[in-house]
Amino acid sequence: MPSPPTLAIWKFTSCDGCQLTLLDCEDELLTLAGQVRITHFPEASSEVLPGPYDVSLVKGSITTADEQLRIHHIREQSHVLVAIGACATSGGIQALRNFTDVAQFRALVYASPEYIDTLATSTPIAAHVPVDYELRGCPIDRRQLLEVLSAFLIGRKPDLPDTSVCTECKRRGLTCVMVADGTPCLGPVTHAGCGALCPAYRRGCFGCFGPMTSPNIPALVSQLRACGLNEDAIQRAFRTFNAAAPAFIEEVQYRRTQCR
Amino acid sequence: MTQRTRQLTVGSLARVEGEGALHITVHDGRVQRAALQIYEPPRFFEALLRGRQHTEPPDITARVCGICPVAYQTSACQAIENACGIRVEGPLADLRRLLYCGEWIASHALHIFLLHLPDFLGYPDAISLAKDHRDFVERGLALKKAGNAIMELLGGRAIHPINPRLGGFYRTPTRGELASLTERLRHALDDAMATVRLVSSFEFPDVELNYDLLALHRDDCYAIECGALRSTGGLACDVAEFEAHVVENQVPHSTALHAQLDGHRYLVGPLARYTLNSGQLSSTARQVAADAGLSSQCRNPFRSIVVRAVETTYALDEALRLITDYQPPPRPYIDVPPRAGIGHGATEAPRGLLYHRYELDADGVIQAATIVPPTAQNQDAIEDDLRRLVSHNLHLDDAHLTALCEQAIRNYDPCISCSAHFLRLRIEHQ
Repeated sequence: MPSPPTLAIWKFTSCDGCQLTLLDCEDELLTLAGQVRITHFPEASSEVLPGPYDVSLVKGSITTADEQLRIHHIREQSHVLVAIGACATSGGIQALRNFTDVAQFRALVYASPEYIDTLATSTPIAAHVPVDYELRGCPIDRRQLLEVLSAFLIGRKPDLPDTSVCTECKRRGLTCVMVADGTPCLGPVTHAGCGALCPAYRRGCFGCFGPMTSPNIPALVSQLRACGLNEDAIQRAFRTFNAAAPAFIEEVQYRRTQCR
Repeated sequence: MTQRTRQLTVGSLARVEGEGALHITVHDGRVQRAALQIYEPPRFFEALLRGRQHTEPPDITARVCGICPVAYQTSACQAIENACGIRVEGPLADLRRLLYCGEWIASHALHIFLLHLPDFLGYPDAISLAKDHRDFVERGLALKKAGNAIMELLGGRAIHPINPRLGGFYRTPTRGELASLTERLRHALDDAMATVRLVSSFEFPDVELNYDLLALHRDDCYAIECGALRSTGGLACDVAEFEAHVVENQVPHSTALHAQLDGHRYLVGPLARYTLNSGQLSSTARQVAADAGLSSQCRNPFRSIVVRAVETTYALDEALRLITDYQPPPRPYIDVPPRAGIGHGATEAPRGLLYHRYELDADGVIQAATIVPPTAQNQDAIEDDLRRLVSHNLHLDDAHLTALCEQAIRNYDPCISCSAHFLRLRIEHQ
């Protein structure tokens, strides 16, 4: 009998929510553990086995010199490398430092900032090594994670949508919060995957899953202005968990030139 | 006997409010150094909150911790509402408490079954444990799922819930929606009581901590989502006075700040809560605690697994009560218009007291933010506990002593991945 495929989970700068998503698969966890050999998952096991690994899930962003080196080692050891979550795919909330002076940040939090080792930027995994697949979300969605794992473990491509949250919202038959209530919503430009969670709770989408493929952000910005958001509020809306995603950065820069 | 220096190294305490390591040096039979080194890369939340709108911290600070986001959201809401002179009461406050019960159940079940139980039963992880005791692990997963079910219904999702907001929620559930949880929670309550019986049957090293214990307290119930500060040393004051008593210091070996209470070492978390508030538990929870051999206090960190199981029982009992009594509020939230001022908020995260402070200008723009997480408060006590544990167990070989240190760290549930794995050992002979 061939040995089962090996799965490794790696953590970089992040909150642990995305790897907790795997443990939140309560109904599937023991079945999954029977299909694969989990050889590196420090969060859940004191047993750590050496590589190579068939599939590596990488969560978190790169924010230290040590992490810059470590990700290359993991890439070399991994047949398939999947970046999971907003930190790993766009730099996460900690990428807000990219728009400011990190020394200032450090001095605000720590009395003796010289002890603190950190890079000036928080960057996604794909900025450092080739990534085979990116799974979006802050946090990732459990069902999507299971789809990605199943796909790579049997050697096919994951079948996940790259359209907007709006498509999921319509499919659920929800009332549009922006049209009906005038609530600002990033759903038209945000990557699908959550199942239109926020509109289902009468809240506007706040972009946890980052930009969709080819978003029309200028069109949304006019709509956000019509909902009463001023320029500062629009900038803050794009500057959260996926602030360093290229489409969101470009939008903020574009509006700045427009305002001049 | 030749003099020798033993170095015990816990290489990757992977996640207290981040990543950490432990270094213990024993020279000539004496513990010279016990340092819990936290090298988790800093994420600068307190800095990046400056200039944000007062409505944003619940979503932003949830991202500090994927295991206890509700704790961050609730402490943030309370601190900002406090700054704005608003108090959330009635059914909205009850729903916050219910959501928080969900987080306690899920987080405690995760720690008890997936992280801590393998220590007591001698397995590297819950998956290996499941090969011999599938029923234990399935019970743990069912409990965890019950907690997550509360968070998913009321919060929208279990990790980084989207429904909580300043003043309440975006959408409040109907009575029927909440009632759909009842059957699952009743089963989970049985599972939780069985868990107390299981974990109380373990053998525990005889250890008593003499630190001051700090927790929130309420006279009317076991404090979770709000309360006043109380310590075993006699402190009793409002949360607004937190910073007059707790001072954080930076130490060179850590990116987490070390805290002291009125100049001395102290502990927050389940032992502190139980010791200060066991009288406020429900009769069901008090009964299972008594059956498990707990008195009204518990100062043995190894028994924290029993206290967590009792608290899980309480959280389920309390969730069922809140669901039964629930009457939907007229509006899902109350307005929290900004005003200039300073606000304080504290709640009992599964791992202990979590304090937030915000300073707002008249437009609600955040001028300053302070967050004091439970693990930073406990770091000093964990180091001291390890120092003592090692000096009392020097007769053990390095492998056993290291394993005991690992288990001792997990007693504090510093944060999920720090609680499993690690320990690299190097012995230096001098």
